[in-house]
Amino acid sequence: MSGVWVVVEHRQGEVREITFEMFGKGNELARALGVQCHAVLLGDDIAPLAAKIKPLVPKILAVEDPGLSEYNALTYRAVLGELIRVHTPLMVMIGHTACGMEVAPRLCAGLKWPLATDCVDMQVVDGNIEVIRGMYSDKVNARVGFRGAPGCILTIRSGSFPCEPKADDDAEVTMLPSPPLSEAQERRFIELVAAPKGDVDITRADVLISVGRGLGGPENLPLVEAFAEALGATISCSRPVVDKKWLPKERQVGTSGKKVAPRVYIALGISGAFQHVTAMKQSGTVIAVNKDPRAPIFNVADYGVVGDMFDVVPALTKMLQEQDV
Amino acid sequence: MHIIVCIKRVPETAEAEVAVDASGKAIQTDLLSFEINEWDEYAVEEAVRIVESRGGKVTVVTLGGAESQKILRKALAMGADEAIHLNDPAFLGGDSYAVATVLHAALKEISFDLILTGVQAGDDGCAQVGSILGELFSLPSACMVTRIELREGVVAVERELEDGMAEICELDLPGVLTIQTGINEPRYVSIMGIRKAKGKPVREMGAGEVNLPENTLGVSGSLTELKELFLPPVETEAEMLGGSNEEIAKRVLSIVKEKGGPI
Repeated sequence: MSGVWVVVEHRQGEVREITFEMFGKGNELARALGVQCHAVLLGDDIAPLAAKIKPLVPKILAVEDPGLSEYNALTYRAVLGELIRVHTPLMVMIGHTACGMEVAPRLCAGLKWPLATDCVDMQVVDGNIEVIRGMYSDKVNARVGFRGAPGCILTIRSGSFPCEPKADDDAEVTMLPSPPLSEAQERRFIELVAAPKGDVDITRADVLISVGRGLGGPENLPLVEAFAEALGATISCSRPVVDKKWLPKERQVGTSGKKVAPRVYIALGISGAFQHVTAMKQSGTVIAVNKDPRAPIFNVADYGVVGDMFDVVPALTKMLQEQDV
Repeated sequence: MHIIVCIKRVPETAEAEVAVDASGKAIQTDLLSFEINEWDEYAVEEAVRIVESRGGKVTVVTLGGAESQKILRKALAMGADEAIHLNDPAFLGGDSYAVATVLHAALKEISFDLILTGVQAGDDGCAQVGSILGELFSLPSACMVTRIELREGVVAVERELEDGMAEICELDLPGVLTIQTGINEPRYVSIMGIRKAKGKPVREMGAGEVNLPENTLGVSGSLTELKELFLPPVETEAEMLGGSNEEIAKRVLSIVKEKGGPI
């Protein structure tokens, strides 16, 4: 059963998008390695989930157990660790998500298998797997190889690969027994909490003016508010602004905040971490202002200004106010 | 309650230009400023707050050269009680697994209730050390923690998921948590505060003290191999706007107008 494995991520009965993205690349790499791509599906009710992924991969390995009704890092660790130990895949792909990032390092340490997290690309070089991953605020890429084990574990960044189109055949499903999950009881799932609702819905704005770390501090907000008011735009922000409590969580654009696609998105002092970019790249037109000419935000911008937002924003506000007179 | 917080010294790169050095495996650091990793600073603050309200002790630990003293002093000034400095050339250059192996060896004789780390480090972005420690210590772990509630022998945590959602789960103590930014507001420490913390104990440990064979340390103890660093290809097809601030402003407003903005 040695092949390329893709661990299926699902929540509340839905297979999460990262899974379909991993199938696309997983099938491609499996072909390059001369093996098959396997979906690995854990849950307490496999059939409805398996139905959703059957047309996308040749094989599904499924473990069904009442103890797998909710995601839990320790149960996933126990089951996946046993499956990997017994079947020795060449490569295990897991989403670099809130769930995958908990499980993969525990597998790495438990099995002593190499792990590369947050991978954005993978290739087979002379039969060996190599990955590309971002470092230093995504301003540098690293090429990483593996050693010391028959396979490797990867976590994959969301949005790195297109979703796999459906094939004609349905996957063959192999049900496998679950190892005992008693030790996994040291961590217990309690509940899921829905996203907080605020008084402003940034997903409905036509024009968003989004501020990032470059804002410097809450004392500089009035400058941006004056611009937003003069333009009739809504203010949103990137994660550091919420972390520092300069703006409330409901204003956050990002994987852990909201996904937006306004007609115009103006990014001020936002470097463009992938968690942010993923959630705004569907915007109609993106205008970015940043001091660093190599800031990743410029890769998704239609128009860029290399400069200080504190020079550009007052000029914009002044021009708008003069137009009104 | 004894809380151990693992911290790391990293360069600030979010707002800086970054270039690869001549070795092709590291970045040029001469123009970068180094700080305590942002996620770790939240973790130190959280540990100090817990101990301030419940009593106990906070130990901070870092792996790094002599220059890492500064972040230990900062954490002590924030309220940590003592520090461990894993300082040996043999420890350096390893991947997350190798780093966690040394941390585990250095901490395994110490009794503790919680280990906190940041979710990830701002330099390599690996997000691995906390969970690997959980596995090496055979303790439960949870990542991306945004709220902590301690009860007798148990910790309930809220952890961040995607799309603004969160998960509440409960772990038996002792346990390992990785702390997400925004969980608190880290206190400001002045130079004076750092000086005042000078008297707090910092224990240095080298390869001899952690008692691990040399082939488990640093590069030779790593399971992954960094082949090269390179600048990502510039994918932008953005039209760059130049000129005076007024000229830029005029272009920006005409673009907004043309693309369907409200002007």
